[in-house]
Amino acid sequence: MEFFSKGIIYNFMKYARVFIATTLILAFISLVLVFTKGFNYGVDFVGGTVVQLKYEQSAPIDKIRDDLAKDKLFAGALITEFGSPEEIVIRFSTVSDSVAQDIGDHIRTLLKDTGAFDIRKVDIVGPKIGSELRSKGIMSAILAMIGILIYVAVRFEWKFAIASVITLLHDITITLGAIILFDIEFSLDVLAAVLTLIGYSLNDTIIIFDRIREELEETKNTNFSEIIDICVSKTLSRTTITSLLVFFVVLTLYVFGGEIIHGFSFTMLLGVIIGTYSSIFISAPFLTLIGFNVEKYKANIAIKEKNRIEKNKMRSQYEKGTV
Amino acid sequence: MLSGKISYRLVIFVLAIIFGVGYSLPTFLQSDKGAKIALGLDLQGGLHMVLGVQTEEAIKSKVKSIASSIKFFAQSGDIIIDDLKIDEEMLTFTLLDKDEEKKIDEMLKTISGLEVSKESLRYTLSLNDKEKDLIREYAISQAVETIRNRLDQFGLAEPNVSKQGTDKIVVELPGIKTAEDEQRARELIAKAAHLQLMAVDEKRKDRTTTMSPIEAAQYGDVILPDARSEQVKHILKEIPVLDGSMLSDAKVAFSDMHQPVINFTLNSEGAKIFGDFTANNIGNRLAIVLDNKVYSDPVIRERIGGGSGQISGGFSVKEAHDVAIALRSGALLAPVTLLEKRSVGPSLGADSIQASSIALISGFFLIVGFLILYYHMAGVFASFALLVNFILLIAIMALFGATLTLPGMAGIVLSLGMAVDANVIINERIRELLRQGIAVRQAVEKGYENAMSAIVDGNLTLAVSSVILYVYGTGPIKGFAISMLIGNLISMLTAILGTHGIYELLMSYIEKNHSIRFWFGMKKRGH
Repeated sequence: MEFFSKGIIYNFMKYARVFIATTLILAFISLVLVFTKGFNYGVDFVGGTVVQLKYEQSAPIDKIRDDLAKDKLFAGALITEFGSPEEIVIRFSTVSDSVAQDIGDHIRTLLKDTGAFDIRKVDIVGPKIGSELRSKGIMSAILAMIGILIYVAVRFEWKFAIASVITLLHDITITLGAIILFDIEFSLDVLAAVLTLIGYSLNDTIIIFDRIREELEETKNTNFSEIIDICVSKTLSRTTITSLLVFFVVLTLYVFGGEIIHGFSFTMLLGVIIGTYSSIFISAPFLTLIGFNVEKYKANIAIKEKNRIEKNKMRSQYEKGTV
Repeated sequence: MLSGKISYRLVIFVLAIIFGVGYSLPTFLQSDKGAKIALGLDLQGGLHMVLGVQTEEAIKSKVKSIASSIKFFAQSGDIIIDDLKIDEEMLTFTLLDKDEEKKIDEMLKTISGLEVSKESLRYTLSLNDKEKDLIREYAISQAVETIRNRLDQFGLAEPNVSKQGTDKIVVELPGIKTAEDEQRARELIAKAAHLQLMAVDEKRKDRTTTMSPIEAAQYGDVILPDARSEQVKHILKEIPVLDGSMLSDAKVAFSDMHQPVINFTLNSEGAKIFGDFTANNIGNRLAIVLDNKVYSDPVIRERIGGGSGQISGGFSVKEAHDVAIALRSGALLAPVTLLEKRSVGPSLGADSIQASSIALISGFFLIVGFLILYYHMAGVFASFALLVNFILLIAIMALFGATLTLPGMAGIVLSLGMAVDANVIINERIRELLRQGIAVRQAVEKGYENAMSAIVDGNLTLAVSSVILYVYGTGPIKGFAISMLIGNLISMLTAILGTHGIYELLMSYIEKNHSIRFWFGMKKRGH
């Protein structure tokens, strides 16, 4: 079986402006969402308590709500079905700070008339832990990006480094926007998903850049748009296959993984689409936007090559004792 | 027969497979022999807690103990000091007799880390930052040690207590099954276990119910509630005869009435003080106070030598057991508060494992199915490499003693994706060359060569970011980063060395037998 087997070069660059404009609009909308609506942070990040119950029969949500309302600790508690009618989740912002106190016991007493249930999970996160996690998460993401920037700058060229980090920022921004749009609760799993798709998207971009670097070394063509078209087209079947595989794996995770990893798998599904789109349509075209100059790049390579040859010559002369 | 060459690539790959199978077996079989991957609490169920240690309290109590030693020094040396006051971490007093200044100054010099400032004869004392740091550090390591001791004696499987940052403790209790067990564990962790033996103020005992705490303080007394009923109060001398720091052992025993009691033994210093006190106070009562509650106040009938005593007070057997554990392992120097608690019931943990296993296995078969359908034999090799990749990942994680959590599984999914990707890149490169009419042998060689830099750069950028995430991230991010990093390095090994070695072994056979379509799943013939 073969996709894209005819060796056709697709003219991506012709529409580069359209793609970049679309992307900028999407990124802008995402930023607006991030700063206006904001994330629906889970207890992992803001603190609070989540209790997950599983009833032997359908959970009587109204009765649960009434019974919990008897205690003001549960004022404003959110009670929602979780995956199936038997399972419910109770969320509230209060955090008991004593180690010895048990919220599970308390709930068991309050809800004793609602039927037989099993407490599946109790998460209590203090506000201090939550905010620490948030700041450490952001900090490590920024440092990771600086690390990537340095690596790509050293192995490729600084404009490639900028383009790859911009692509990364683009993916993160739009994914975050989509998370808000689809009202996914921002939990640790979702953070893990965002980190994972950053990995995928970065890999996609690097592979296309690697192809461009290779092409630049081999071809006499100085038309950068054409080079990009050739490279993106040549890597297209690899990009498609890998993305499809990842997409289907994540889809099985979404379908069979159950409610527990829905946040993770749904974010991954979104991210794979966004990441694939950006590596094909955004990353390389963006290089032209920041003024990547083929002739200059080639001149640099030539200088480096010349230096290398000269060094070798010097060394061999030195070793022969002629200097 | 296969007449190919056995290259160093193949040798390394085969060694890696042997290593991988050997070290991953204990995990797959869940056997007790050898290192295996532990399941995180989110997967096996259990209790995870982050406790904040209120280290400031340890500093305050240090200041208090300095105050009592100054008081003791002054009293025993007949030095009159006035207005001894503690304000949080500050201590002030006034020396009345200037002639005694030298004595006091010398005494203060013996206390480490103390900063003294004087205005005429008004002393202000505080601890310097270095000493405070030492106290904080000691308080947290003592708390870790104490909690660990308590949980070890509680009889739970593999409790894990560790320090996090400068003021936090992580407690992990896998396999807590019932709500009752959980509650016991939590109470054991939080119990201050502060034992004091205090003299009853016999002179004022009739006024216990009417006296206010402030009035009591004026007489150097303190009013504490009874353990059985909050309404019943006891009036006691504020400075204890003894405290739990002089305890050497505590055990559960049964009284004549078959009630559980706790027998405690004091160390030699404690035994001497206890002996002297009981000898001088026959007929008076001595209260046994645990965590500021009076458990009993027996009348002293005779001098008690040997330094042993008993706490009775209507304990249940379990309670008595837990109190004894807490006493044996010592009091917490600084109280702890709960910052985070995650408890996952065993049923949910099992569901998580089941769901993610189904997803992982079905995902794996999906990939394998696609690879074989698309690349034919090349797909078979790639699938094999993927399987080896997975086994190696398990083996190395087991060797590191890593814990598998849900975010960790995300890391595995990502690294397996990278491994597939590496094989896809290689196969696409080979196909490209075959399409140009290049012979199979050269196409495979050149294909690997061309794919190399993309694979290395792709994997290394991820490795760079996972190292940074590991170093700067917290708990779950760390778990994700470590499995991603290990997976990255392995995928380079299996993709670059593994399948290449197989091709080299089979090359002469590939050149002679079957079509390009059979080996690489594409229509065009290469030769």
